[in-house]
Amino acid sequence: MDEIAGMDLNLVMATVNGSGSQSANLVLTRALFAMGVPVAPKNIFPSNIEGLPTWFFLRANAAGHLAGRREADLLVALNRATFHQDVARILAGGVLVFEQAFGDPQVDPEAHLSTYPVPFGKLAKEAVSDPDLRKYLTNMIYVGVVAEILGLPEKALESALARQFRGKPRALPENRAAIELGRSYFKENLTRSGSLAVHPLDQNKGKLLLEGNQAVALGALMGGCSVFAWYPITPSSSVAEHLTSLSDRLRVDPSTGERRIAIVQAEDELAAAGMVIGAGWAGARSMTATSGPGISLMAEFVGLAYFAEIPSVFVDIQRVGPSTGLPTRTMQGDLQFAYSLSHGDTRHPILLPGSVVEAYTFTQMALDLAERVQTPVFVLSDLDLGMNLWMTDPPPYPEQPFDRGKVLGEEELQGMAKFERYRDLDGDGIAARTLPGTRHPLAAYFTRGSGHDEAARYTESEEAYPRVMDRLRRKLDSAVWRLPQPEESTEEGAEFGIIAYGSSDAAVAEARSALSSLGIRTGYLRIRSLPPGPAIASFLGRHQRVYLVEQNRDGQMLQVLRSELAPGLTGRIQSILHYDGFPLFAADVLEAIRTMEAGRGVRLTSLESDAAVERTR
Amino acid sequence: MGVAAKVNPLGLTRDDYKGLATTLCAGCGHNSITNHLVKALFESGVDPYRMAKMSGIGCSSKATAYFMERSHAFNAVHGRMPAVTTGAALANRQLLYLGISGDGDTASIGLGQFCHLVRRNLDCTYVIEDNGVYGLTKGQFSATADIGSVQKRGAVNELETIDIAALAVQLGASFVARGFSGDGGQLVPLLRAAMAHRGTAILDVISPCVTFNDHAGSTKSYAYLKEHDLILQELDFVAHRDEVVVSYPEGESVDVALHDGSVLRLRKLGQQHDPLDRLAALTVLDRGRQSGEVVTGLIYVNPEAVDFCSREHLPAAPLRDMKEAELRPDRQRFAELIASWS
Repeated sequence: MDEIAGMDLNLVMATVNGSGSQSANLVLTRALFAMGVPVAPKNIFPSNIEGLPTWFFLRANAAGHLAGRREADLLVALNRATFHQDVARILAGGVLVFEQAFGDPQVDPEAHLSTYPVPFGKLAKEAVSDPDLRKYLTNMIYVGVVAEILGLPEKALESALARQFRGKPRALPENRAAIELGRSYFKENLTRSGSLAVHPLDQNKGKLLLEGNQAVALGALMGGCSVFAWYPITPSSSVAEHLTSLSDRLRVDPSTGERRIAIVQAEDELAAAGMVIGAGWAGARSMTATSGPGISLMAEFVGLAYFAEIPSVFVDIQRVGPSTGLPTRTMQGDLQFAYSLSHGDTRHPILLPGSVVEAYTFTQMALDLAERVQTPVFVLSDLDLGMNLWMTDPPPYPEQPFDRGKVLGEEELQGMAKFERYRDLDGDGIAARTLPGTRHPLAAYFTRGSGHDEAARYTESEEAYPRVMDRLRRKLDSAVWRLPQPEESTEEGAEFGIIAYGSSDAAVAEARSALSSLGIRTGYLRIRSLPPGPAIASFLGRHQRVYLVEQNRDGQMLQVLRSELAPGLTGRIQSILHYDGFPLFAADVLEAIRTMEAGRGVRLTSLESDAAVERTR
Repeated sequence: MGVAAKVNPLGLTRDDYKGLATTLCAGCGHNSITNHLVKALFESGVDPYRMAKMSGIGCSSKATAYFMERSHAFNAVHGRMPAVTTGAALANRQLLYLGISGDGDTASIGLGQFCHLVRRNLDCTYVIEDNGVYGLTKGQFSATADIGSVQKRGAVNELETIDIAALAVQLGASFVARGFSGDGGQLVPLLRAAMAHRGTAILDVISPCVTFNDHAGSTKSYAYLKEHDLILQELDFVAHRDEVVVSYPEGESVDVALHDGSVLRLRKLGQQHDPLDRLAALTVLDRGRQSGEVVTGLIYVNPEAVDFCSREHLPAAPLRDMKEAELRPDRQRFAELIASWS
């Protein structure tokens, strides 16, 4: 394999948060991207405004894998507090760039690192008089140093700078100068050793760098959301922020200033849920975006929306729970909770986007489903998918009109002898609704979370209650086909199957390609929604042994499948569970499979001996 | 056949504003409020198809079933009617939102939402049927119970009361009034004015609970109110289409012009209260709190306040009626957006 085609570099920038390192890291990301090199950036940041350690993992790999890697080929060490622990992360033969003032990095001579001490603080002090600005520009200096080491062309850096500071042209010259400072310091004082380099490729044509949350916001806009209520919570707040800026651009009448969307920052998540439900009841396409603690607070309202059958969309950008948990770390921890959120018997459609494009399309689909099925619909993304930049194809223009579901207006009511809000007339469990403001004597009904019959009358009847509950179950069952079905890619003669969902897709895809290159063929099913459709049982039926990859401790998807599928099928599943707050990487999956296959007496010796796999472990 | 029933400008009779038979206790103040509401809605000629009745949970919140059967109603979860109403109003600001709540629903579990509704000045009428106790759970004190008020079984409330009207004024409410379920002469014009006002109109209506809070020692009983009702003004609601029927000698009355062109005419009684003066509003309420008087009437009004949907720059046409053409950018604008992201 030639050097370029096999290029797989992981740059790790260890900094202090609040120091503006994000801009520097994004300039590096965009420079590599501009060179046509596929990138996978992962920002690992603390729940803190200023002063705690933060790491930016920037993987550049010719194969185009979108998952990250743990170990560093190149480390920029700018945080004294984590200096030695960060240095230990560098792979043998790698590169260390560090603040000279930190002193001896105590590298293992066996590791054969190239080390470059740079007096970042001193350089910045000499070049920038304003202390606030100096802090930010210190980071930009390392961009210049890294560019020299890796051989990044001027053009790529310039294009990255222009993109990063678009709309802030005044910041451009000083950032450019800081990068130049790093470059010239390196050229004058240090000598490049080792062979680490990034070579231009041509693989990013037509690709974009987008965050999942940005895609959710675009999905909301294109899906016709007109009421969005939210309460600030990491990692979901940027959905509202992106939607606001999109709306400023695309939902404002320039002549009158009138806005065709209401985006309301509520007093808490209870109120946000209430506004979404009130708007859904009144006939607007409405949604919220939140995270686990918000979902907890919304539980009561979601039960109301389920029982009173009110269209509403809840996007959950999952983070590590329980409780405050690790607010800035990623997890697939809300699956079971969201699936049956609220007291009593409930069940909600759950959409599980596995990519930026799906975050966009599933948000639109959720708005359609909510109105079609008249129920709360959940989109479960996570911090990794939501807040990191992902290389992606552009989101496609939607081809379908909105599905507004069964709504009776004055004309439809005109021909009717009576209207009963909760009477299923066509057997799919979904009854037609009217909207407040409908000018017809039959239109009005009483919406309540208390017991009701088909005519929406209050009742505690032992006949009416089970009738309503059975219809609600039937309603969801009959809508399962409308949900995105699992995506399967199974190799002929697969030795075992793998099931995953959501943001795990990138790591699983990479793990499979590593296994495949070792001659180990696998089946792969990516679940994209709940309730589980027939494809899952079919996949389980075709594989004697299946690994189910999840980013939580308790195997929440497995629990759901166990409760809904035959024990003979779910008995074939073994969990691969990842829950340390880091995004899932291919090595996590490979290591688990290696261990479990070894436990079965099947030694994947080739897996252990293969250098390429060894490196990613 | 009897005499033809009186009709309002919409051609509706008072009966057209009625709802289901009440399931509340006989003599409950809430039932009187419902009757006054029916009268006010009928007299103001409120279009049933333009009305949305909103409520939370509690005896009071059931009342939305007992009037205007031809209007949609939403009985939400406990203390959360404000959020649901806000969402509905954002979706369709052309409807008239009438919220019915209670003292538990508003001053305890829903206090946060109440405060934020007032801050936003959402265009709605918010009636608190205030009896100082929890009825459905059998007589516990609520947060509006006055300090020293005695529970039916003898317990004395030792906690400070939350004065909803004073709180609303402090939060910047644009319309604050207090009424008494037993005084329809005062309540009907207040209700009509509240509905004519653009913004959040808070109407705290003392409404005795005959089952749990109408005994000696209660400060929310019929007997207590009859003795301690400090009426600020005599009120006449003058709809813009009506002729002015009552006139007072100069200096004895003040007209408050409301958003829809109607007028609330206030005739001063012994009190020299200016309802346009926020500080005076707080003062009159605090004096009442100290003296044990229940101050009723129009406490504060700011007819100029901007309502929430206007502040959000929403168009007059309901958002809920908008279609793809209005909500989904066309292919070209979409392509431009995507290009700007590269």
